[in-house]
Amino acid sequence: MIALDPLLVDNLLWVPLIIVLVKVLVVFVVGLLATMLMVWFERKAIAGMQNRIGPNKTGPFGILQTLADGIKLFFKEDLFPSRADRFVFALAPFLSFVPAFLAFAIIPLGGDFRNGSSGEVTLFGQVTRIQLADPPIGVLFALAISSIAVYGIMLAGWSSGSKYPLLGSVRASAQMVSYEAALGLSLACVLLLAGTLSTSGIVAAQSTITEWHFISTGIVPFIIFLIAATAELNRPPFDLVEAEQELVGGFNTEYSSIRFALFYLAEFMNTVTMSALIVTLFFGGPQPIAIGDFVFDIPLLPNALEGTFWLLAKILVFLYMYIWFRATLPRLRYDQLMDLGWKLLIPASLGWFMLLAAQRLARQNGWNIVLVTGASIAVLVICYLLMQAAFAKSARDRSTQGTMF
Amino acid sequence: MEFFVFVCAALMILLGAVGVIVRKHPVHAALSLVLTLFGVAVLFVAQEAHFLAAVQVIVYAGAIVVLFLFVIMLLGVDRVENLRTEPLTAQRPLAIITCLGLVGVLVAAIVNGNGVLNERGEGINLPDLQNGPDANTVQLAESIFSRYVVAFEVTSVLLVIAVVGTVLLTRKAKSSAK
Repeated sequence: MIALDPLLVDNLLWVPLIIVLVKVLVVFVVGLLATMLMVWFERKAIAGMQNRIGPNKTGPFGILQTLADGIKLFFKEDLFPSRADRFVFALAPFLSFVPAFLAFAIIPLGGDFRNGSSGEVTLFGQVTRIQLADPPIGVLFALAISSIAVYGIMLAGWSSGSKYPLLGSVRASAQMVSYEAALGLSLACVLLLAGTLSTSGIVAAQSTITEWHFISTGIVPFIIFLIAATAELNRPPFDLVEAEQELVGGFNTEYSSIRFALFYLAEFMNTVTMSALIVTLFFGGPQPIAIGDFVFDIPLLPNALEGTFWLLAKILVFLYMYIWFRATLPRLRYDQLMDLGWKLLIPASLGWFMLLAAQRLARQNGWNIVLVTGASIAVLVICYLLMQAAFAKSARDRSTQGTMF
Repeated sequence: MEFFVFVCAALMILLGAVGVIVRKHPVHAALSLVLTLFGVAVLFVAQEAHFLAAVQVIVYAGAIVVLFLFVIMLLGVDRVENLRTEPLTAQRPLAIITCLGLVGVLVAAIVNGNGVLNERGEGINLPDLQNGPDANTVQLAESIFSRYVVAFEVTSVLLVIAVVGTVLLTRKAKSSAK
């Protein structure tokens, strides 16, 4: 059970223990710093897109603004609403904050994965990974954690003992539970091609650009994953959870002071983690960009450290993308959100997964791959037509008999 | 180490189980259930069934209890229940009898299997276990999709029937009320 890290396999000694503790500390601090910088980056980038200046007073380019806001929030009065369920109300922010940090533990943050290297590094004579934990269940850990994060938001809204937070949290939990299916199914496509659950294994299988599998996972599963991840993060255009015009402030209306700050922190931390997860699953994580034998190598840096730079660069692209989404796209209506999730994303990801599985089986058994693909596509088209017929029937029923629910 | 993990997990499970029964508030009871499910997941990890642990958390803690809570919140039954009124008169004596029966069966099974399970893995015919990080998944997939494929498919059909039945029943009730 303690095979999470190559360090912990043999007898526990002081050096491995200290290395693990240092890794925990580094991941925690880097997580907090990344969140702080992400908040600043988002405010600055959105300000730029909206022709404003954004934070510019605290520190160079206003980079310390988040720190100032954080200190302010710490010293504000901590309010308990009189109708709140005190225990659950106090617990909810932590249920949201702790999973946000835990999920970061499985992201490979560096290491040399080139030419079939395993990404393990040697520190003070100990073999380890630049990654807090490499559990055998790998990315399933991230899924499990994201399903736990629902509790934070759900209980926060309920325990406030007030209407709008409750509505916000009911929306949030419905949204997160329904998009989790699409998230899991598109992730399964990547796992099918990588043949492993472990994040370091997935990264190791993506050495060159051709191994990123643009056609099989780079288009359909990637786009579905990106949309589902945005919905899972409750970020715009899926931020119905905190739709200000309808719900005051959403699930966190009654929260103030440091408890509110924890929710805020968790949200941005989740954004960073999700970007890192996308990079790990679809774009080779800490692997440098390589076309065939040609590798964009950063000179003078050891390969293991170079991985960290590549990872950062790739994550930044996605962080910018999330900010771009927020600045560009209007919020979806609630029924549009559910239609998109259930009627488009889940069937599409399921269909694509079946197609990939059929191809995989054909390749294993030496069947004619073109024939198998054609047959699978025919089956999927029939399924699509059946689904459309069902939608048409239900729409007809609704117009003649009224809504049933 | 294993003993320590077992004691912690067992305490979690028992505390959660007692909480589900004792807590008067449905939301608190559901949260206690989450504690129990987590304890079971920890036990799975301690037995190196990592995949089962992950599925336990994703499916039970992450989806099923969330749906419980969802229903509790949506229907507004998050009030303390009055335990004096009984919709079914005979249910308490029946519950006691069933409980005792279940305890009897469990104790009998444990006593009966005591000789088999005294040492880890001794006396049981284990299939050839694979090694490596994905051994769990491979093993499970091989048994589900080859040996137990019929049972697996029948279970999924059963679940679909349950879903379709639920939808049908709720629709019937609405249209007859009109």
